[in-house]
Amino acid sequence: MAWLPFWPPNASVTGTAVDIIAISELVVVVLVLLLVFGMMFTFVIRYRRGSTADRGHLARKTWRFEIAWTSATLLAFLVLFAFGAKAYLYLYQPPKADLELYVVGKQWMWKVQYPGGQREIDSVHLPLGKTVRVLLGSEDVIHSFYIPAFRVKHDVVPGTYETFWFQPTELGDFQLECSEFCGTNHAKMTGAVHVLTPADYARWLAGQTGGETLAQQGEALFRQYGCSGCHSPRSTVHAPILDGLYGSVAHLDDGRAVIADERYIRDCILLPASQRVAGYPPVMPSFAGQIPEDELMKLVAYIQSLGATKETP
Amino acid sequence: MSAIAGGPAETYLSHESTIASWLLTRDHKRIALLFFASITAFFFVGGAAATLIRLNLVEPSGQLLGADLYNRMFTMHGIVMVWFFLIPSIPTTLGNFLIPLMIGARDLAFPRLNLASWYVFNISGMIALYFIIAGGVDTGWTFYTPYSTLFSNSHVIAAALAVFVNGFSSIMTALNFVVTIHRLRAPGMTWFRLPLFVWGIYATSVVMLLATPVLAMTVLLIALEHGFGIGIFDPALGGDPLLFQHMFWFYSHPAVYIMILPAMGVASELIPCFARRPVFGYSGMAYALIAISIIGFFVWGHHMFTAGISVFAGVVFSFMSFIVAVPSAIKVFNWTATLHRGSISFDAPMLYALGFVGLFTMGGLTGLMLATLSIDVHVTDTYFVIAHFHYIMVGGTVSAFFGGLHYWWPKITGRLYPEMWARGAAILTFLGFNVTFFPQFILGYLGMPRRYFSYSPDLQAWNVLSSAGASILAVAYLMPLFYLGWSLLWGERASANPWHATGLEWRTSSPPPERNFALTPLVTQAPYQYNPSDGSYVTQDGIANG
Repeated sequence: MAWLPFWPPNASVTGTAVDIIAISELVVVVLVLLLVFGMMFTFVIRYRRGSTADRGHLARKTWRFEIAWTSATLLAFLVLFAFGAKAYLYLYQPPKADLELYVVGKQWMWKVQYPGGQREIDSVHLPLGKTVRVLLGSEDVIHSFYIPAFRVKHDVVPGTYETFWFQPTELGDFQLECSEFCGTNHAKMTGAVHVLTPADYARWLAGQTGGETLAQQGEALFRQYGCSGCHSPRSTVHAPILDGLYGSVAHLDDGRAVIADERYIRDCILLPASQRVAGYPPVMPSFAGQIPEDELMKLVAYIQSLGATKETP
Repeated sequence: MSAIAGGPAETYLSHESTIASWLLTRDHKRIALLFFASITAFFFVGGAAATLIRLNLVEPSGQLLGADLYNRMFTMHGIVMVWFFLIPSIPTTLGNFLIPLMIGARDLAFPRLNLASWYVFNISGMIALYFIIAGGVDTGWTFYTPYSTLFSNSHVIAAALAVFVNGFSSIMTALNFVVTIHRLRAPGMTWFRLPLFVWGIYATSVVMLLATPVLAMTVLLIALEHGFGIGIFDPALGGDPLLFQHMFWFYSHPAVYIMILPAMGVASELIPCFARRPVFGYSGMAYALIAISIIGFFVWGHHMFTAGISVFAGVVFSFMSFIVAVPSAIKVFNWTATLHRGSISFDAPMLYALGFVGLFTMGGLTGLMLATLSIDVHVTDTYFVIAHFHYIMVGGTVSAFFGGLHYWWPKITGRLYPEMWARGAAILTFLGFNVTFFPQFILGYLGMPRRYFSYSPDLQAWNVLSSAGASILAVAYLMPLFYLGWSLLWGERASANPWHATGLEWRTSSPPPERNFALTPLVTQAPYQYNPSDGSYVTQDGIANG
């Protein structure tokens, strides 16, 4: 859309979808404005006091007009609604991800972790053309992860995980912003998104001091917090084994069935009483307030890795 | 109507003049003036905050105010303008003054409740002034949890209390209007002979009555969480921060209709009068007001499309948001059609009314873009949203308020204002408004988030343009203060019906006597019986003129 004056650069697949809808709607808006303002100007000039225009025979059966423009407006609005909603469904139904990013927002920085164990603050490196799925968590208040050039944002809500995705289509550096007011330095909670070629991206990853992968770090925490004491085939405690859990359907004690996604895993660790798997005694203690958000994400990454044979939901 | 012929009759202004006669008055017309004094003061407090905001944003570094002060300024601007100006603006002043006059009543149904509403409003205003002077609040007018409850080091409790108390004033006034319009209409004033301004105030009052208690409950739940540690909104206690947003917007979205419905009512009075023809599609206009007030309760989730609500909820709320826009569109078409075959003059109230229609249309159409889910994901929480709702609330409501103020000024004060100055102010308002807020649509699509005290330097040109427009707008808003003030002292005396209008309010003297009408009017006509061919008109009590 570079041919439009003042139009910001677009660098993602969904960004193109958003731009197309925005421009189509802008055209509709301009046409309606021309229609309404055109009529207003015509009437105001033609029927100004003192002009010789005919003023007899005022429209009587106005309800005919009312029905006509009500149905026309309704129809037009439904079309706009349908196009917008279709793209929204696309935005919120991620295709299979090539890369998972683990992002924690806190006053006033973005902490980004990569599956290989690399970490950054206020900076994100992405490979061109790959589908990136982002897991968002917050350590304190609500933030919103916003990349204007990708036309996407998603709020980061404390106490739960949100996920969304994008696929960069342009190389270069783009702005990352927090778009939900989060306190004093809200305006400084910005960063840079660097889109690299896959080869450059691999080189960049290798150059970072990663050490262990995120899942390996999670496995260490799994032992450190004592999780492995129960969730292990050798354990005497009757606790579920977590192999293959991620992405499967969990049947709960109260009869519900839920998909075991990141949010479920998080809730099981922090609020174990709320979503207990059927057939197991309520013996798991809550870890609420004991595990920092970035460590929690490592644990989630480890449990994800145990279920890696399954399809991502 | 004997009051017209009665010579230098006593008016509601002159029959008593002690301070107590004002502070203890039960006359709806005097209470309207009391409210007018209060909200005008708050309009300039909120305006001062807006001035500082725009000054700060001239420079990308935002060093003029810095982060903390800037955050307090936009919060103060929002709270003061929403609760202490826009929500009470038209209902408590023009509504209070005109509803009894328009339906041929002596007063509102509960005159003491009306006065109590003003006192409660001022108590909440004092609490608001306290939090401002004590150091302000930095949460934004939306008070999102958990920032507001656990993290902000500002006077959140005082601000919440101000809003809580303010709600009671809203409820009192709304209840008074609903009962008055149901019970005190003059003989012959059937529902479908009501002026559309009365319909607008009626629809507004119903929304106020049903929505405002939810705000009070939300504030109380926060207090429960704070005082007793009951987990409601705080995730650490097992609460849900999104619940706060649901409850907040369940009130605050209908609150937008509380602000715009009276403005629609004002425009529907002004346009037929200055086009000298009946309003196009009267019953359609009345039904549209009611439809907006009902459907408006089911669209709150469109503030939360990216907040983590389910995709299904997002789709439903987007659908409802398009539906609520239909009756608004119908109103725009009807106002436009009311110009057709009219005999249009361009007095200041008409200029404000035409400006209202134009700016409201812009605000409504950009609202459609925001209701479109995928566009909203990009532009929500950016300046696009800021521009959109200022087009509705400032371009729409404030323009209509000024239009109505000029139109009924002769009735309220008994004086005419200097017409050319007023036309100048109306035109300047329209221009200044567009220069201020149109660039913000562009800033929003470029990705400038709201509530940023500093921003990327490549956005400076648009921000400077917006601030320049704001200075024009400030002049346009200050001008009436001077020429209307001048008219109070030296303006020409107004006749009972200077605009040759048809409503009952014009059938009593200007200013009206304390009891409004010497005899209760008998209504025999629909409103807006203007004839554009020869300029003649028939008032609602059946007097044919000219």
